[in-house]
Amino acid sequence: MEEFAALLDALVYTTSRNRKLALIAAYLRSAPDPDRGWALAGLTDGLDFPAVKSSTVRNLMMERVDPVLWALSRDFVGDTAETASLLWPEPEDAAPQAPLTLAEVVERLSALTRATAPKKLPLLFDRMDAKGRYALIKLATGGMRVGVSARLAKTAFALAFGVAVEEVEEYWHALTPPYTELFAWGADGGPAPDLPGVPRFRPFMLAHPLEDGEVDLKDYAAEWKWDGIRVQLVRAGGETRVYSRSGDDISASFPEMLTVLPMDAVLDGELLVRGSTQGGEAGGAASFNALQQRLGRKTVSGKMLKEAPAFVRLYDVLLLDGTDWREHPWKSRRATLEALMGRLPASHFDLSALVEAQDFSALAAIRDTARDEAIEGLMLKHRDSPYVAGRKVALWYKWKRDPLLIDCVVMYAQRGSGKRSSFHSDFTFGCWDGDPDAGAELLPVGKAYTGFTDAELKQLDKFVRQNTLNRFGPVREVKRELVFEVAFDSVHTSKRHKSGLAMRFPRIHRIRWDKPAHEADRIEALRALIKD
Amino acid sequence: MTAPFSWIRPEPHGIHVVPADIWVDPSRAVPRALVTHGHADHARGGHGETIATPATLAIMKLRYATSDGAVRVEYGESISLGSGVSATFLPAGHVLGSAQILLEHAGERVIITGDYKRAPDPTCAPFEVTPCDIFITEATFGLPVFTHPPITEEIGKLLDARTENPDACILVGAYALGKAQRVIAELRAAGHTDTIWLHGAMEAMCRLYEEHGVMLGDLRLVSDATKDQMRGAIVVAPPSALNDRWSRRLPDPITAMASGWMRVRARARQRGVELPLVISDHADWNELTRTITEVNPQETWITHGREEALLRWCELSQRRARALALVGYEDEDD
Repeated sequence: MEEFAALLDALVYTTSRNRKLALIAAYLRSAPDPDRGWALAGLTDGLDFPAVKSSTVRNLMMERVDPVLWALSRDFVGDTAETASLLWPEPEDAAPQAPLTLAEVVERLSALTRATAPKKLPLLFDRMDAKGRYALIKLATGGMRVGVSARLAKTAFALAFGVAVEEVEEYWHALTPPYTELFAWGADGGPAPDLPGVPRFRPFMLAHPLEDGEVDLKDYAAEWKWDGIRVQLVRAGGETRVYSRSGDDISASFPEMLTVLPMDAVLDGELLVRGSTQGGEAGGAASFNALQQRLGRKTVSGKMLKEAPAFVRLYDVLLLDGTDWREHPWKSRRATLEALMGRLPASHFDLSALVEAQDFSALAAIRDTARDEAIEGLMLKHRDSPYVAGRKVALWYKWKRDPLLIDCVVMYAQRGSGKRSSFHSDFTFGCWDGDPDAGAELLPVGKAYTGFTDAELKQLDKFVRQNTLNRFGPVREVKRELVFEVAFDSVHTSKRHKSGLAMRFPRIHRIRWDKPAHEADRIEALRALIKD
Repeated sequence: MTAPFSWIRPEPHGIHVVPADIWVDPSRAVPRALVTHGHADHARGGHGETIATPATLAIMKLRYATSDGAVRVEYGESISLGSGVSATFLPAGHVLGSAQILLEHAGERVIITGDYKRAPDPTCAPFEVTPCDIFITEATFGLPVFTHPPITEEIGKLLDARTENPDACILVGAYALGKAQRVIAELRAAGHTDTIWLHGAMEAMCRLYEEHGVMLGDLRLVSDATKDQMRGAIVVAPPSALNDRWSRRLPDPITAMASGWMRVRARARQRGVELPLVISDHADWNELTRTITEVNPQETWITHGREEALLRWCELSQRRARALALVGYEDEDD
């Protein structure tokens, strides 16, 4: 437990992704089984101890600490777990006991009930120091908030034992904590976990951007790049799961997809919501904005299922009827997929159509219509490509339509983190809400921190320092003088922003040192680009 | 016969000793001032007469480039302030030259602690517990969550981080007066004899400490170093320089901060601190409550900090106490 507490503490203070990876990897190499498996589950919020709630901890403290002192402390610290870990009255003359392992802690926490927790939890607290208590409470109540995603944890595992992250992903979701088989394979060189009848995730095949140049359409097939979320639908042993691109199990958010796949299969597709924004009536899909309200939910109301019904537009087939198709060329998989469509309910599945064109320039002309169709762009897939994990050169390309551009005025700048911590590198910019020469104001429309060179970053930092109007902690308000040409993929209505708009993927395209701020765009110009 | 203790009056800008018309740590210029220690929020420039310990006066001279009206008082020495008021300076253990001031008038004794701590510190004389009627204490870390661990543990963390990162440098943010010198002196005591690199703003104060007999070993300026020289080294800078342009010259710095606030994770994260060192020159909760118990005054007055919690503790311990609404004291960088 001490080692896990130290890891958690180190992660709290580390912002760099590489340092986080190194910390987790070092822990996974040195910690014994099954501690390291429990740690992995704890870090990725994969554990649940329903008998211990934040209120359980608060009640324990109220019996031991003056309520006024507790309230003042909690207000200052801002976190119940941390406050409790610091204020817990340590026993003065306790007989020394062997430190608990993480596995022993997990075992004891699992055995707790609502009734026994108030008596048993203090015994655990007594055996630890403040750092240990903090880790214990976080473990028990969930929500580590140390910036460790499932993807980061898998990458750390791969790094620790020199195995491919794609393979880790493949087994991870099929296993349960403490992932004994995963460590037996990865860390101890044992055989790969044998997992029949488990709907497990397979790593996605990804595409490179097509920067310049052309491909020969004899070798490559074209498809629309639909603007939803890429999912993998897996059925095995009678159970269906939906996985996101990062390998997270998002089945709970899309219950309508869990009962409609009639055979064991692994299918790759775009999850979309019914509508007519993308590609018109024929396209049959609503905008990404409409899908967004369905994301990240643990339960979905009947109303939402009716108003924003989801379906999957299929791109590819990985496994079907016991056959692994991944080694087969794309054209065979495509034929298999087309033949499969008759066996799938049209209410929840359709096929991503191929885009036919005489030659590349004709295809380019078709791509230029993507904007009007509210589609992200085109995918180009080599007809002979196997389905391989990750991004492999020359097999698949994404060919996005050109970005939209708008001129905005820089309003606020914030310091970056890590190597950029001394530079103001995160910018909030706005458009005018009327005629700037008649007293119009700027409304913030977006934030961006990419798209400039290191040399430009230095110039921008200097500009911010010389033109600061106000400081709010790490944020500076600057004179409304500098114009950015901002590139973005699309813009949607949003209730969360004062401007009522939200851009997708904004980045700084050019710094317009030459352009006076009053010549920047007005909010109407941006609003005209909405395709909801 | 006047009311008891009516001769001493807390005002927003300091504590007024009425019969002698003299102020303790006033936050604006006055004709006559008693100064507990050299931190800028207690020792302002521009007073007509400044009564303080020799070290505090030296610090003020360094900061304000003038020593007009300076009156030196050694620890343990009493000075008559006129109108039947006398002042005695007693060590407070906060920083070099820091003093509690014992004021006596008509048989009544009042101690103003200024800032203080009870933990050992090789750079200054230790706090002396002295009986009094009214004990006027600080409460910077007046919350029970604040307990400062032994400094050797924290110095150990710093040295471990250095060993584990031979290609990086450890950049330690530390208040330029007191904290920086204490960290350096404790590093020396732990056997660290290598060059410690300083931000320019630290240099003069470190020299002053050495002139007062606090030996700090081999110190050099970052501005004279190459990037490679600082790999594997410890660099000390004021907290404000940690994430500023100045730090760009350092090789992959790991940001540490020596402060009592580092006890709370959110405080460390807010400042981008990767290696929090809980090192404070103020009394922690246990030291505050223990000191009040030991001094055992009739009444405790609390000058600044998180006074509500300490007031509550006094109430629970059945001790008379009140909070003074003094302005201008801040210890964000301790």
